[in-house]
Amino acid sequence: MATTPCKYDWPEASERKLIGKPISRVDGPAKASGRAKYTYDVNPPALLFGKVLRSPHAHARITSIDTSEAEKLLGVKGVRVVQKPGTEVQWEGDEIVAIAAVSEEIAEDAARKVKVEYELLPPFVADADLDAAKQAQRTKPTVDETKGEPDKAFQDAGSVVSEGFYGTPVIAHCCLEAHGQVTHFLDDQNLKIWQSTQGVSTNPGQYAEILGLKAPNVELICQNMGGGFGSKFQVDRWGVECARLSKDTGGKPVKIMLERAAELEVAGTRPSLYGKIRVAATKDGTLTAWESDAWGTGGVAGAGVPPLPYVLSVPNQKKHYTAVSTNTGGARAWRAPNHPQAAVLTMGALDDLAAKLNMDPIEFLTKNIDLAPEGLRKIYRDEFPIAAELAEWKKYWHPRGQAGNGPVKRGLGVSLHTWGGRGHNSTCDVGIHPDGSVEVKCGTQDLGVGTRTVIAIVAAETLGLPVEAIDVQIGDSHYPYSGASGGSTTVGGVSSSTRRGAVDARDALFAAVAPALGSSADQLEAVNGQIRVKGSPTNSLTWKQACAKLRTKPIEATGKNPGDCNLTSSGVGGVQIADVSVDTETGLVRINRMVAVQDCGLVIDSKTCESQVLGALIMGITYSLFEEKVLDSQTGRTLNPNMEFYRLATIGDVGDLVVHLMTGPGYDERGPIGVAEPPTVSPGAAISNAVANAIGVRVPTIPITPDKVLAALAGKGAMA
Amino acid sequence: MEAFEYAKPASAKEAVKLLASGPKNSEVLAGGSDLLALMKDSISSPGRVVSLGNAHDLRGLDYRSGQGLRIGAMVTIEELAANADVRRHYPGLTQSVEQIGGPQIRNVGTVGGNLCQRPRCWYYRSGFGLLAMYEGKSLVPGGENRYHAILGNAGPAYFVSPSNLGPMLIALDAKLRLLGPKGSRELPMEKFFMTPQAEGEREHAIEPSEVITEVVVPPPKGRSAFYEFRQRAGLDWPLATASVVLRMDGHTISSARVVLGQVAPVPWPSPEAEQALAGKTVSDEVADQAGQAAVQKATPLSHNAYKVTLARVAVKRAVLRAANNA
Repeated sequence: MATTPCKYDWPEASERKLIGKPISRVDGPAKASGRAKYTYDVNPPALLFGKVLRSPHAHARITSIDTSEAEKLLGVKGVRVVQKPGTEVQWEGDEIVAIAAVSEEIAEDAARKVKVEYELLPPFVADADLDAAKQAQRTKPTVDETKGEPDKAFQDAGSVVSEGFYGTPVIAHCCLEAHGQVTHFLDDQNLKIWQSTQGVSTNPGQYAEILGLKAPNVELICQNMGGGFGSKFQVDRWGVECARLSKDTGGKPVKIMLERAAELEVAGTRPSLYGKIRVAATKDGTLTAWESDAWGTGGVAGAGVPPLPYVLSVPNQKKHYTAVSTNTGGARAWRAPNHPQAAVLTMGALDDLAAKLNMDPIEFLTKNIDLAPEGLRKIYRDEFPIAAELAEWKKYWHPRGQAGNGPVKRGLGVSLHTWGGRGHNSTCDVGIHPDGSVEVKCGTQDLGVGTRTVIAIVAAETLGLPVEAIDVQIGDSHYPYSGASGGSTTVGGVSSSTRRGAVDARDALFAAVAPALGSSADQLEAVNGQIRVKGSPTNSLTWKQACAKLRTKPIEATGKNPGDCNLTSSGVGGVQIADVSVDTETGLVRINRMVAVQDCGLVIDSKTCESQVLGALIMGITYSLFEEKVLDSQTGRTLNPNMEFYRLATIGDVGDLVVHLMTGPGYDERGPIGVAEPPTVSPGAAISNAVANAIGVRVPTIPITPDKVLAALAGKGAMA
Repeated sequence: MEAFEYAKPASAKEAVKLLASGPKNSEVLAGGSDLLALMKDSISSPGRVVSLGNAHDLRGLDYRSGQGLRIGAMVTIEELAANADVRRHYPGLTQSVEQIGGPQIRNVGTVGGNLCQRPRCWYYRSGFGLLAMYEGKSLVPGGENRYHAILGNAGPAYFVSPSNLGPMLIALDAKLRLLGPKGSRELPMEKFFMTPQAEGEREHAIEPSEVITEVVVPPPKGRSAFYEFRQRAGLDWPLATASVVLRMDGHTISSARVVLGQVAPVPWPSPEAEQALAGKTVSDEVADQAGQAAVQKATPLSHNAYKVTLARVAVKRAVLRAANNA
């Protein structure tokens, strides 16, 4: 397809020196050696340590608060009542009193000396039980839709119908770097904040509004962060109280970082999703009907509506969804919000239907792939055979329940997913200095993406320089605005703004040096650290010589996204295959291999891109086998707010991880599209399907723990 | 964490004196991997903490042919796991400790600490007390009891004994040497663990102001093996363990010791399984019968029936492993 070239277009494959190559993170050594500073590491002189006294009750009314003993404690500098008597507390861990003291220990002691009395109210946390939720009047039907003629399709004599129950519990983000910030009122009107955040440019204005400051008077810094996963967009209540404590104490810096328990109780969850699903197909495997009666919770406010059925738009549908309200810390965006849950329900139900049809699930999905959005069909068709080959599908897949005679059964399962991921709004300043140095400034952040590296690669590629020649400055709200890192939009956004800024800066340099080369700007190119005349490589200046022609005036160019020329687009597809072994005597599941075939448009750095997919797989294995918030229905308390029983996968649990990125014609032309979220979507469904393939029965809900596997096997009536 | 007195004596004897003269709620600090966490979470707030870190008389690990093994209470889990004599003569003992926690825990955790560590019951760790009482009744039977006891669980205690080492030492007929204000005494391992009947009671028979000085393991009486199930590959608590010693007469088991772990408030010796093995030749079937016998009297709670299966299979696999541990 011929398109008109546009001056900012990504270089053709043949011209790319850096883009798409495996390049190590530019900040890798700083992170590996501990020199990289995280919010936790920020300790300005006279720092005070903040602690938050939290409600031990999931549902209660505060009747009285007495902070006098805490205030008397030596070393306590500030005490603030966050929620006054009379307030109804709706989840365990909700903020009651915030305290600042000269040491963390004194702040903790002071918190223990605060006397709070509560009137206990009945907690409700049993979201998996819809009947109990209805009885407790905790439900709100939000979807009741019919499309086509589902009843007729289900009743059709030629239909094969599969019916099942599927679900995923509430899980947390469990960021290894907890939420938190250091706040410092420099004077009455100026606030400096170091926060672990996904929104360097977007948060200062929110702080300013709440605290009655002028937006430009709030500076926010986040040089490095240890994970956000969607839970670190906002200005949190504990962050605002932290700032107020700084003001109350005459401008002392105050640090509040969440303890692990608080991190797991109040800093965000992924909503649960449970559902009774019916699906029907004709005997040849053509999908005809879908019916779902689903529910879930995201805390008191309920949860967003999951996209059911996922990806495949079944022609006849009947859908109910009920939001359940529970006394648990509220939901926040969790890597590809609602997609992983929807995938578990949809791909699980379709896999069971394929088994009932005696069809290979890849063949079944391929047969119905025209039900996917148009732009994704070819992508999935390309990806299935690659995934199958990498997973040795032909060798290891078998019809359900035919996994041999030993107690350990091996099985394979497949799932597919999609995500948007168009680059967000981003601005960056590209500077070329007379001494040859190049800097790119952008008010973005790096929550694991490799943001600095991506910016450096794009600028270096554009200017014909090595990656090390680019000085990338991010993580400060005084730099040009860049969007929050959410929805897998960062790489698409910052690479596009950097490209535009770098092209303009380069062209300005061409204009400045053209006379010296006896040529015109449009005849120059920047290659291998030289500015030279196209077609006449010996007629050149070194980068330094060229920049010296600027004399005392550096070049400053601003790049924006969106802007001229289409540099990023939306809508990626991915296919994953899980390969598991299940010990049918004990119910223990081990991952042998996970194969992820992922499209994300033009890959800027294949190394950090693959790392993103690997991280997504590990996170996916974790939520498939281990993660759940265990809540006590009697007290509403979280029983596992720790790393002991809120299990994350260890390196010994993840098996072989195989990543294949779709690149080349048909993919690269779309420009970079986000990759962080899409590969986290499929692991739950793929692993659940692999377990079903191994043991012959469906374990209805993830995480797939030994108790559930044994119960599923017992339900089958035999231990295989 | 509440303020506390801290003492670091140079011997066990001095430690005993410091415990005897201290407040009633004094605690002994060994590796600290459990006590410090309990203190930080305000589950335990001792008035005095007596560290055994300088009590070098508690450190030796010594195997002598014909006499057996002596393990100082302050020997680390890693030292025990890495000891070649232990691996050769008591393979089950090595197997019982080599997967505990992770390397960092094994490097600081001690033999005495492993025996005295407090249960992991999440109601206990959330501040509801060892018996998980709330509004006059235990939260466990009607609550989240997936990791709780399936044997010895008539109440009021429903937690499981967390020690890997305890069941194995019982199976090996080991004894403990304890030092208290009245001098030293010996206690068979089997009598060490106790089920508390009231809040405030401990899970073991250590008298106030006593410390464990050493574990004495008699010469091996048979082939030992240990088997455990953990959900994660590492850094996890077992869901069930089985410790087995088989005394062989040719291919026939003349007698057996079988002790289950993580299934009851104490390590759970199973005379039923021992009986099922005595006089038999080892086979898959015999091992399975022993497993079935071991859990015959299990009374699972609402969410832990799967542990009955795990315990049964752990015994089966431990028996087969012991038969292969020459």
